Amino acid sequence: MKKILIIEDESALQKTLGDVLSQNGYQTKSALDGETGLKLTQSEKPDLILLDLILPKLHGFGVLKRIKENPETKKIPVVILTNLESMQDIEKAMELGATNYLVKANYSLKDLLIKIKEVLGEQV
Amino acid sequence: MVVIIAAVATYYIGTKYIFDPRLVALIVLMVSTILFVVGFIISQSFERLAEANKIKSEFVSIVSHQLRTPLSNLGWAIEVLMSGKLGKTDHRQFEYFVILRENIVRMNELIKDLLMVSRIQTQTLFFSEKEFSLVELVQELIQDFKVVAQASNVNVIFDQPQNIPLVFADPFKIRQVVENLLDNAIRYTQNKGEVRIKIETQGNRIYFAIQDNGVGIPQKDQKQIFQRFFRADNVMKYQTQGSGLGLYISKSIIDKSGGKIGFISPKGQGSTFWFTIPILKAKV
Repeated sequence: MKKILIIEDESALQKTLGDVLSQNGYQTKSALDGETGLKLTQSEKPDLILLDLILPKLHGFGVLKRIKENPETKKIPVVILTNLESMQDIEKAMELGATNYLVKANYSLKDLLIKIKEVLGEQV
Repeated sequence: MVVIIAAVATYYIGTKYIFDPRLVALIVLMVSTILFVVGFIISQSFERLAEANKIKSEFVSIVSHQLRTPLSNLGWAIEVLMSGKLGKTDHRQFEYFVILRENIVRMNELIKDLLMVSRIQTQTLFFSEKEFSLVELVQELIQDFKVVAQASNVNVIFDQPQNIPLVFADPFKIRQVVENLLDNAIRYTQNKGEVRIKIETQGNRIYFAIQDNGVGIPQKDQKQIFQRFFRADNVMKYQTQGSGLGLYISKSIIDKSGGKIGFISPKGQGSTFWFTIPILKAKV
């Protein structure tokens, strides 16, 4: 069973995402801030990380940078899941090594699941 | 540079008409100082304007993020409720969920439009230009709008043109323009109406036109049709939904893509909106 780490400070969104991913056969772990997210990345070694950008304690870009600088975690695909959509943020995320940059407002849960399966190399 | 040129010019003119060299020197100094101060004030104003635009852009970006976050919460929660996985919903409950979902979509669209307008005004709208087929883009959109057109009893006709060259523009932005024009054409065409789309080559540009036999645009409103938040009075009678930003955004996109946009709307004959965009640049 593949493991997905959700780093998202909105507890309602975290719950919804967690429930839907569990219903679709994924194991999930969650963090409400950047520092906890980083710790869980290192301890759990998930198959995929869903990472928000506006986070308490450590900004999403800071989390992403450290994940990609650590040889033990740099290969974990990180999908940015945020409501920021400036070109500067998108470019920065891709430069830091994000696999995808998804704007929450533009994605239904169904479409998000399809994207997750694509990133994990699963049949859609 | 301007100050130096002005100083030299003042000196030359001064020496021609004034014989006291000290007076000429004083005049040159005064003119140079005045020009320097004026130049400094103007450049400071531009810097303050650029800073204000940057702050405004960041403010809009943050506010739209804060507005979208609870909307995402609502949207996804409703999606879970409507999926039936938490228990069956009866027909009346489902209808209310549909109302909630539609209004969340409406609010998201409005925020997206406001964000776009802000970027247009602060000149921070990013374009990613590439070659693409306008014909294929229009075909996709007609397919996307099929259900809406059928529900509105509007027939969308696209004369499939042949041998239309690729265009060079941002496909996502042009898609937004075509989507807006098609949406308007269907929305403001009355029952059993017709929307006709044409694409053709005109010199080094592609010409796109969409004609409807709908409510048309009153003569008195035509000059303002591309302004922000403007909605013609007759439109408001038929369709109160809409932000009045679609055509303003469309015009900004086409202008920045190196094209032109316009319309004709003779009395009682519906409207034809058109735009042109450059054909793919020749590869060097």
